Amino acid sequence: MISFTESGLFCIPGGFHIDPWRPVETAVITHAHSDHARTGHGSYLCHEQSLPIMRVRLGDQHYQTAGWNQPVIRNGVKVSLHAAGHIIGSAQVRVEYKGEVWVISGDYKTHDDGISGAFEPIRCHTFVTESTFGLPVYRWDPQEKIYAEMRQWIDKNTAEGYSSVFQAYSLGKAQRLMDAFRDYEGRIFAHGAVLRIQEALDEAGHRFPIAERMSSLTPSDKRKTCIFISPSPVEGTHVQKLIGPYRTAVCSGWMQVRGNRRRGSADKGFVLSDHADWDGLLEAVKATGAGRVYATHGFQSAFSRYLNETGIEAAEVRTMFGNEEEEAMTAEPVLENPAS
Amino acid sequence: MMTNEHADHAVGMRKESNGFKLFTALLNDLSATDGTQEKVCLLMEYFNNAPPDDKSWTLGLFTGRRLRRMVKTKLLAGWLSEWANIPEWLFEECYHQVGDLAETLALLDNSTSGTVMEGDLSDCLRTLREISEAEDVVKKETIRRYWSSMSKDEKFVFNKLITGGFRVGVSAQLVIQALAKMFKEDKAVIAHRISGQWEPGDTDFAVLLSGQGTNDDLSKPYPFFLAHPMEDPAETCSDMAEWHAEWKWDGIRGQVIRRKGQWFVWSRGEELITEKFPEFEEMRKKLPDGIVIDGEILAMKGGVPLPFSLLQTRIGRSKISPKQLREVPVAFMAFDLLEFNGEDWRGRPHAERMAQLKAVVQDLGHPTLSISEGLAFSGKDDLAALRARSREHGSEGLMLKRKTSTYQVGRKRGDWWKWKTDPMTIDAVLTYAQKGHGKRSSLYTDYTFALRDGDRLVVFAKAYSGLTDKEFAAVDAFVKKNAIEKFGPVRTVKPELVFEIAFEGLSESKRHRSGIAVRFPRMSRWRTDKNASQINTLDDLREMLKQYGSQADASGDEINERE
Repeated sequence: MISFTESGLFCIPGGFHIDPWRPVETAVITHAHSDHARTGHGSYLCHEQSLPIMRVRLGDQHYQTAGWNQPVIRNGVKVSLHAAGHIIGSAQVRVEYKGEVWVISGDYKTHDDGISGAFEPIRCHTFVTESTFGLPVYRWDPQEKIYAEMRQWIDKNTAEGYSSVFQAYSLGKAQRLMDAFRDYEGRIFAHGAVLRIQEALDEAGHRFPIAERMSSLTPSDKRKTCIFISPSPVEGTHVQKLIGPYRTAVCSGWMQVRGNRRRGSADKGFVLSDHADWDGLLEAVKATGAGRVYATHGFQSAFSRYLNETGIEAAEVRTMFGNEEEEAMTAEPVLENPAS
Repeated sequence: MMTNEHADHAVGMRKESNGFKLFTALLNDLSATDGTQEKVCLLMEYFNNAPPDDKSWTLGLFTGRRLRRMVKTKLLAGWLSEWANIPEWLFEECYHQVGDLAETLALLDNSTSGTVMEGDLSDCLRTLREISEAEDVVKKETIRRYWSSMSKDEKFVFNKLITGGFRVGVSAQLVIQALAKMFKEDKAVIAHRISGQWEPGDTDFAVLLSGQGTNDDLSKPYPFFLAHPMEDPAETCSDMAEWHAEWKWDGIRGQVIRRKGQWFVWSRGEELITEKFPEFEEMRKKLPDGIVIDGEILAMKGGVPLPFSLLQTRIGRSKISPKQLREVPVAFMAFDLLEFNGEDWRGRPHAERMAQLKAVVQDLGHPTLSISEGLAFSGKDDLAALRARSREHGSEGLMLKRKTSTYQVGRKRGDWWKWKTDPMTIDAVLTYAQKGHGKRSSLYTDYTFALRDGDRLVVFAKAYSGLTDKEFAAVDAFVKKNAIEKFGPVRTVKPELVFEIAFEGLSESKRHRSGIAVRFPRMSRWRTDKNASQINTLDDLREMLKQYGSQADASGDEINERE
């Protein structure tokens, strides 16, 4: 029913692609990250919460939206979107044709972060899963514990006269940080990329604490010992001059490994990810009850081998996903052909 | 009043029993800071607050007194696989990704017993020492018990201790700096007090640092004075008449000590290597008592130094065969006198120390002890000409020492300089890459290089250093895009990138596919101006071997062949 083509995942009877990486006629989009939502397609189907961000990222396109579990019929194929818990509006795509069900996960996490929707396990025959953190060394602490450590770090910085710079992806991680800092009494500033997303979400009715743009007009006492959220390092930018002494933390699942924490110039690494950890991936796969699993971007080879050994038929599939900043950090050269 | 005292005591006790946590926190904090001053502060704070017994263990660990690996990696991996229900291939996969055994184990183990790790670093290390010779089941049980009570960070530290790979991001110099500040003593004094033969488990930190024991320990060496590399004597040595020049020898820096009839040989790594050199018997018996000589241990035959690679064949083994003694005899090339007649001479001028040393060497009159003679030169040009001929004398360059200088501690600028010969270089192509360890565990930073031999490529050296972070990132990206094959963690790479490889010396080797081993290879330049057809040939390397591979290589060959 679904084949892996050079343009991406293609539903043959339905005549549509899912997260294609080459221009196609009809694209169903799981979420607005740039490796999944690309320009140049004839028309787009995405979740209604994804739309405002898609507009920021891709401009005016021919969009169609759907709510959670509101089926759309294409050439007799039933397509529906289900919460993936990755970022706001992120969806799994359920495709049903003549009684056969496939679910394409997109990116997902099984822990409910409180803002991205709770991951919905869906029964299916075939499950196409991401495997960004598909090794058992990647197991996340509960969100509350990580947030508490962040707040502690900020307090320490403030007490010592430092600002706290969080390096985090502008779509997804930045919103989680804003959510984590709801009760923060000082000022929160952010990079333009974060502000653009914030503006779109605010217009769409999401209520996050508002981060401000920092400029030389910002009173200097307000700029000191603040929080600054940015997808890129502030070193060498005009912000560095404005912000006063600061410490930097990188927020990413890759921070789990010391080598990644020590490399680069950050002072601190918080293991905060929008992807499922090892246990989450296994839990998700089991909950689908799928008889066949395809593992894509990440440690697909190890993850599918493990599934096979535990009695779940699995194969790895090469995709063009995983070029978002976070995944790019350890992109492995893919040498094997997709298992046949 | 009584109650209060009691309460204070109880609090103190509770604090003390958490020494392992304190140690873990110290390591975490140290790895999270780059600033020297901040690190010194962290160390001082630790040494002020740690339980007394932990202090000497920590000091021991920080100054290279490592524990021996007490469990084989394979066993540990097997136990982990059993406990965490992870197949061994998956463990391997994780290990490759993380790049550090102790960390991989810490991340994979998810056991918790509900109890919280208590106790000090010293308790833990004592336990480990007690079971170091025990049956594997005992070790297994102990490790299981520790792991299940530890946090991820604690497990990591604990695993570093049991896998024998304990290393921290602090140099001994930094520790000395912190202790000097704490005890309001000179750094040289502290360095001396903590040097030598002491066992962390049996040493009282306060006594050691007070220096009370320093005079009782006859083996105690002096901290080595190390030369700083120099680019150009014209910039560093203004008046040439103030300077003493000698060859820079390529052996093992060492101190020989004779005190109260006892004899000790120390390496620069503060390892006691007395037993390795039966040749020093004459010195042991006849040197005047109360003497410490600094110099270089060299393989030497008929007054001519042999290549370092031959000396290495003497170091690796515990028993030295008569044949080795005959073929790779060792001698001591003296170049400084640190103690004479039981008196510390380090404060005297270099010229005075040398004069006395010369007399000592002459008095002994034995070929196993020679003096590194001062070289006559008239000016800077003369000196440069001498340096250019270093290799002919079996040396790797020149040492320049100010005639009035005292013998200091550590690597200092100003009075001692080393002016090494330019390294030999050759252009080679990158053929294999592997991920680095630790900080570079997710980057391809360990490379293998090949030279051309007819129409094949022959691998000749591995190198890990010499590029900037930016260059490493670029090569890493190239490797990821151009990997041809995968052998475990190793990637075969399209032979395209050319690098200039610098090295310090070369010798024939049966163990290398190219037939030649190079010493200290590193990347000196990325030759983006060259392509793979323009690299050097194996014949070019053979030519270098003929020219600089020192006349003694024939005997080395023999040894390699027969072993």
